[in-house]
Amino acid sequence: MSSAATSDRLFINLGPQHPSTHGVLRVGLTIEGEVIVKAVPDIGYLHRGTEKLAEVRSYHHCVVLTDRWDYVAAMPNNLVFCLATEKLLGIKAPARADALRVMMCELNRVASHLLFVGTYGIDIGAFTPFLYAFREREMVLDLFEMLCGARLTYNYIRLGGVMIDVPADWTSKLKEFLEYFKPKLDEYDQLLSFNPIFMARTQGVGLVTPEEAVSWALSGPNLRGSGVAYDARKADPYCGYENYEFDVVVGKEGSCWDRYFCRVLEMRQSVRIIEQVLARLPEGPVMASGVAKVPKPPAGEAYAHVEAARGDLGIHLVSDGGMSPFRMHVRAPSFLNLAILQEKLVGMKISDVIAFLGSIDIVLGEVDR
Amino acid sequence: MTSSSPKPASVKASLPEPVLNDKNGILMTNRRWPIEQWARPWSLPGYRNGAMMLAGIVLGILAGGALIGELSKWGDRLYALMGSFAAAKGISTVAVEAVWIAIKVLIVLHVILLNGLWSIWWERKISAHIQSRVGPTYAGGFHGWAQTILDGVKLFLKEDITPAAADQWVHALAPAIVIAPCIAAFAPVLFGSELAAARLDVGALYIFAFAGISVIGVVMAGWASGNKYSLLGGLRAAAQIVSYELPRGFSVVPVIMFAGSLDLSVIVSAQSGFWWGMAPRWFVFYPVVGQVAFLIFLIASIAETNRTPFDIPEAESELVGGFHTEYSGMKWSVFFLAEYAYVLLGSFLLATFFLGGGGSPLPWTPFTLVPSWVWMLAKAMLMMFVFLWVRWTLPRLRVDQLMDVNWKFLLPWSFANIALAGLYLAFWLK
Repeated sequence: MSSAATSDRLFINLGPQHPSTHGVLRVGLTIEGEVIVKAVPDIGYLHRGTEKLAEVRSYHHCVVLTDRWDYVAAMPNNLVFCLATEKLLGIKAPARADALRVMMCELNRVASHLLFVGTYGIDIGAFTPFLYAFREREMVLDLFEMLCGARLTYNYIRLGGVMIDVPADWTSKLKEFLEYFKPKLDEYDQLLSFNPIFMARTQGVGLVTPEEAVSWALSGPNLRGSGVAYDARKADPYCGYENYEFDVVVGKEGSCWDRYFCRVLEMRQSVRIIEQVLARLPEGPVMASGVAKVPKPPAGEAYAHVEAARGDLGIHLVSDGGMSPFRMHVRAPSFLNLAILQEKLVGMKISDVIAFLGSIDIVLGEVDR
Repeated sequence: MTSSSPKPASVKASLPEPVLNDKNGILMTNRRWPIEQWARPWSLPGYRNGAMMLAGIVLGILAGGALIGELSKWGDRLYALMGSFAAAKGISTVAVEAVWIAIKVLIVLHVILLNGLWSIWWERKISAHIQSRVGPTYAGGFHGWAQTILDGVKLFLKEDITPAAADQWVHALAPAIVIAPCIAAFAPVLFGSELAAARLDVGALYIFAFAGISVIGVVMAGWASGNKYSLLGGLRAAAQIVSYELPRGFSVVPVIMFAGSLDLSVIVSAQSGFWWGMAPRWFVFYPVVGQVAFLIFLIASIAETNRTPFDIPEAESELVGGFHTEYSGMKWSVFFLAEYAYVLLGSFLLATFFLGGGGSPLPWTPFTLVPSWVWMLAKAMLMMFVFLWVRWTLPRLRVDQLMDVNWKFLLPWSFANIALAGLYLAFWLK
């Protein structure tokens, strides 16, 4: 034992049961006083092997698996799998289905960022914004429940379109929600974003330079918080995103506050997109004709990626012509965002660890799959 | 009741309408009051009845207080009655004194215990309404008033766990070390103009001295739990509470200079009287000095009680509860009893030092009829509300920022405040 040499160091386990690791992440921290000298993130507590499970399921059944990755924002998961499979099958969703896909993904992004705002407030020690954010998130989930019966695992976006057209009166409820929601965004800013203590805790903390962000393969608000204006919706548009007007929000210095505020501003952009979709929602079918009950795409490979709530979510599908994918690989943004933890945590205080971990907004279901 | 048995159809008709499956499928608005009604809260029967009930309670307390009169007079009567009873029966005066002290100790003890019941319920209600919830509503019927009693029963029945890695004796002793000085510190606290368990010449100093001892119990709890998070919490608590003792003590120095005494009742009587016949001469209204001292004392008091934004020793999202992580049942609840007792102590001290103690805020008849203990209690509860309000509004500071606030902001300003108070004494309040 070399305890004499390191007697002033303490090893603590942050997780897997800890209120601020947002799931079952374990970080092995070696600390000196309050300062971190070594951090080892340990994942795998929520591994369910969905990539392997996909190899014994038909393509329709695989959509169900995708719901379980990022269960906070499951619509983009559905979407990215369907986009990859549609590339293999050579089919295209009708216009109305595309518009509905965009609308649901953006609505889900709002729900996901609301959850982030609330839980990040708790991480920093403010309990009240959590209840405010969840009050609004509950309405989004109510809308989803009306739409497809599920509140988290939607299974709504299907191969060749979407499950069902929106129910009667649903769009007016959505408009009602948007009118209710827009003033609430200012409320969050008053309550949390520009709170002096909150800003002192998060500004200048956990700085990630643009070069670091790119080289660690960050994506989503974590990348844009560092000032890199990359967004898959602009860079590689899908489902007709090129037809909608919205801005790519970027941060200035890459601090925890920038990453936080990027998400707050992205909610406004999502509301903008949803309003545009609502204004020109095309009529027509919501499902392409000729999608087989057991699709068997020709042998080949396809890659599709979308801008999910947590970053650039991609799927690489390999088909051997059978009824199941030969191999499915997921580029999970949470998993890649998590990797920067081991470098950035060194030298921080324990309170900053929580602030940083919260600001990169991981979902362990997506990290471990 | 009519003689004919009710038909099944009428039973079905009396059932509430299903909300989830109506044809619009709307879940959103059925749960809430229509938005336009929020603009006119008076039109909502719940709000109207609540406001009227609140007004009734306040008026009842004021009128009841006026009927009861000064509690200190009742105490004097009881003491005189005991003296004459002892003289008639030939009991020594030492025994009378001993019984009298025991009565006073029991009263103070019960103030602390009842404060636990009251303030936890109140905090839950206030936090709920700040967070757009309603809080406890079921237990006891009226706004869930019995919730804390039932919580207390539950805590009493819970298993008392001592972790295998813990130092058993220190672990068991720590809650006692936290609560005992807290009870002792209540001895000279004024509950009215003259109403205190003991009148001490050095009352203010005595309270600060005893309140500072509790940190030893917190450090013991953190160390003895055999948990690294608890250890960190205990260390943080030690650093924080010892640091904030300083501005807390120094912020009161101007008050002591103006009053010329450490005796709490002298400090209160120095604030009696009114400027221009209507503005109370409370220390908080002394220009600049009073407000600065009040704010520093309030901030330091919040830090002393380990509450948000200074709750880093507990820090649920970082240290998972800190020093009391490994406590359960009654040991745990003793920590919370001590926390709320310190909140009450801070509230009473704020009312005594800065808000004129038991003095009436206005010099006119209906207000001056109300006895001093009602005013004291009202001011202390107002201050306690500020404690709760701050807790549920602000995020938490980091350890080093907490120290910065103390050593670079509060302490220098409290020194400057003392100098300013000296100038006031030299030129204005000669």
